[in-house]
Amino acid sequence: MGFSLLEELPKILWLVIGVAGFAAVIGLLLLLVDRGPKTRRDWWQAVCFLGPALLLLLLGLVYPAIRTTALSFFDRSGDSLVGLDNYVWMFTQPEILTVLRNTLLWVLFAPFLATATGLLYAILVDRSRFESVAKSLMFMPMAISFVGASIIWRFVYAVRPAESDQIGLLNQIVVWFGGEPQQWLLNQPLNTLLLIVVLIWVQAGFAMVVLSAAIKAIPAEIIEAARLDGTTPWQLFRHITLPSVWPTVTVVLITISVQTLKVFDIVRTMTGGQFDTSVIANEMYNQAFRYGELGQGSALAVFLFVLVIPLVLVQMRTNRRAREQR
Amino acid sequence: MAKIVLDSVDKVYSGGVKAVDSLNLEINDGEFMVLVGPSGCGKSTALRMIAGLEEITGGTLTIGDRVVNDLPPKNRDIAMVFQNYALYPHMTVEQNLAFGLKLRKTPKPEIERRVKEAAAMLGLEPYLKRKPAALSGGQRQRVAMGRAIVREPQAFLMDEPLSNLDAKLRVQMRASLNQLHERLGVTTVYVTHDQIEAMTLGDRVAVLRDGKLQQVDTPKNLFDHPVNLFVAGFIGSPAMNFVAARLEQNGDGAVLKFADQTLPVADETLAAKPELRDYFGREIVLGIRPSDFDDAELAAYNGGTMTVKADVTEEIGTEINVIFTIDAPPLDHEDAAALAADAAGDGDEDDAALPLTRDKSVFTARVSPRSSVRPGQMITLAVDTRQLHYFDKVSGLSIGHPASKPAAATV
Repeated sequence: MGFSLLEELPKILWLVIGVAGFAAVIGLLLLLVDRGPKTRRDWWQAVCFLGPALLLLLLGLVYPAIRTTALSFFDRSGDSLVGLDNYVWMFTQPEILTVLRNTLLWVLFAPFLATATGLLYAILVDRSRFESVAKSLMFMPMAISFVGASIIWRFVYAVRPAESDQIGLLNQIVVWFGGEPQQWLLNQPLNTLLLIVVLIWVQAGFAMVVLSAAIKAIPAEIIEAARLDGTTPWQLFRHITLPSVWPTVTVVLITISVQTLKVFDIVRTMTGGQFDTSVIANEMYNQAFRYGELGQGSALAVFLFVLVIPLVLVQMRTNRRAREQR
Repeated sequence: MAKIVLDSVDKVYSGGVKAVDSLNLEINDGEFMVLVGPSGCGKSTALRMIAGLEEITGGTLTIGDRVVNDLPPKNRDIAMVFQNYALYPHMTVEQNLAFGLKLRKTPKPEIERRVKEAAAMLGLEPYLKRKPAALSGGQRQRVAMGRAIVREPQAFLMDEPLSNLDAKLRVQMRASLNQLHERLGVTTVYVTHDQIEAMTLGDRVAVLRDGKLQQVDTPKNLFDHPVNLFVAGFIGSPAMNFVAARLEQNGDGAVLKFADQTLPVADETLAAKPELRDYFGREIVLGIRPSDFDDAELAAYNGGTMTVKADVTEEIGTEINVIFTIDAPPLDHEDAAALAADAAGDGDEDDAALPLTRDKSVFTARVSPRSSVRPGQMITLAVDTRQLHYFDKVSGLSIGHPASKPAAATV
């Protein structure tokens, strides 16, 4: 099927109608603000401008959150109240405990390794001759979706019978060193760690770019003062560079931690959560949409939400402290 | 403490830009040496080479009795104060002061003693536990000084340390710096673009331009005996007035003629600078400091007079600056052009280019505050003709200056 402009016309028409509708709404809103009462004008403006956004937030975010929380106390169809049963199930069912353990592994390894890799790389390439090229190389995985990255890494981990040629990079390396090709994605708990590598591969570029900017923001005079004070390169890193970029490091750590908690695509694409590699988000999807267990899926979602809250709080506190230091 | 010697030191950046050109400078033990010049003259580069933050392209640099060309900064035993203070933002004042000593594995009681001493000296005791962000500009400045002091180094290097402070604080800190140097007696190299700072702080002042050393001398000698047009114009505020004048023999003496004015050359000048006789009948550049004028009615010394129309008067209280024009074209010399460019860039000099006075020279005279001069009035100014400055029109060198004699042959 070729692309025919005529066939697409209805879509384009809808697009135009949509844009025109948006403009009309905004125009109406502005008119409304203009025609408002003369007294308490600031209140009127606030209501007009914030109202629609608040309404959408309520519909798209607050209502689903409340409904999900409520559903987590109901049974699979959402008809009868079951109390804390779904939560008890979550923390007693062996498969789900494995899921929780896997999520813990992800959160323990992925953010720290990705941040550490990014920081190390940022420091090593800083002010080197090929800095921009080196940084683009590292950053490129960021442009790939998790699904795309997972497919790439599935090839890396791919396995062929020992007598034929290996198409997976990892197994080929093993064969070169005289080893037997492995079923990488079947051996647990190694398979979870191998999935974590994919996330690190994607996120290290993000960490590197943000941390590199933070390193460059350290005033040159401070580095020079430290050199005159007599720092060795390691002391410079330990006492000057690291403390200076620390607020950024925590931001990066937390951002990647949240990403890690929510990770779904990598697991879904590479193993589908089989071989004991599932994580909370994947299990939630399975329960709610594949097995039709609305209550259990909702309970997992609520638990995930609870896990993210402390990270966000820490984030806010760091932000406030960083502002005070300036 | 140590002597610092720069022996024909060069700094050439990639692309062939010569930031410092064969600089020879001897900074004596315990001396306060100020490097001064317009922006881009290479003064900061020179300082950074002494610190070891810039590589030396050619020549030798000696601190004490060691050649330090290839020594990393930390092994040179010097301390530097930066323009933006460069305090470590995540450390308290105390930690900032102690950091250099800690890295050098100084024993703890010794660190405490030195930090305490420096804090007392600079009045920093109440702030020791604070972070730099919670300090005012002046306090940060003092912490930066303290960080240099506790190290007890061979020499202090200071890169425009006062330029980020407001005017009043700057004057205060200038005085404290003077006291501090008197007390510690450490060799100090101080970079500034502010000639008043240079004059008030320096035991000796080195004037640089385009990477080349122009003159090194005591502030008074720089002011009274500038070696060339550039130094003459750069040192002193308001700046020296220049005009092209014709030197003519007049019996035993000599007179200067420019526009419709005539000034006699003081007899003692002619005796001290016999070279002036070679210029009889030729044009030279005449320099008159604003402070060598006065209202003729109030003047203590009157070597010759100029009657002019005061265009503008600036009453400062301690003096009145009378600005007037002379009917002679402004000086056409590269040094004068460089000075004008610097003044315009600085923005705080009062003689930045005035397009209204195109083919006239603008002069400033500093007269007694008791003078009754008003704008638009005629005034008769007495000139201290013993203090006139004479420059060669082509080379820009001071005629009869002891330093310019050998140089004149080579330039």
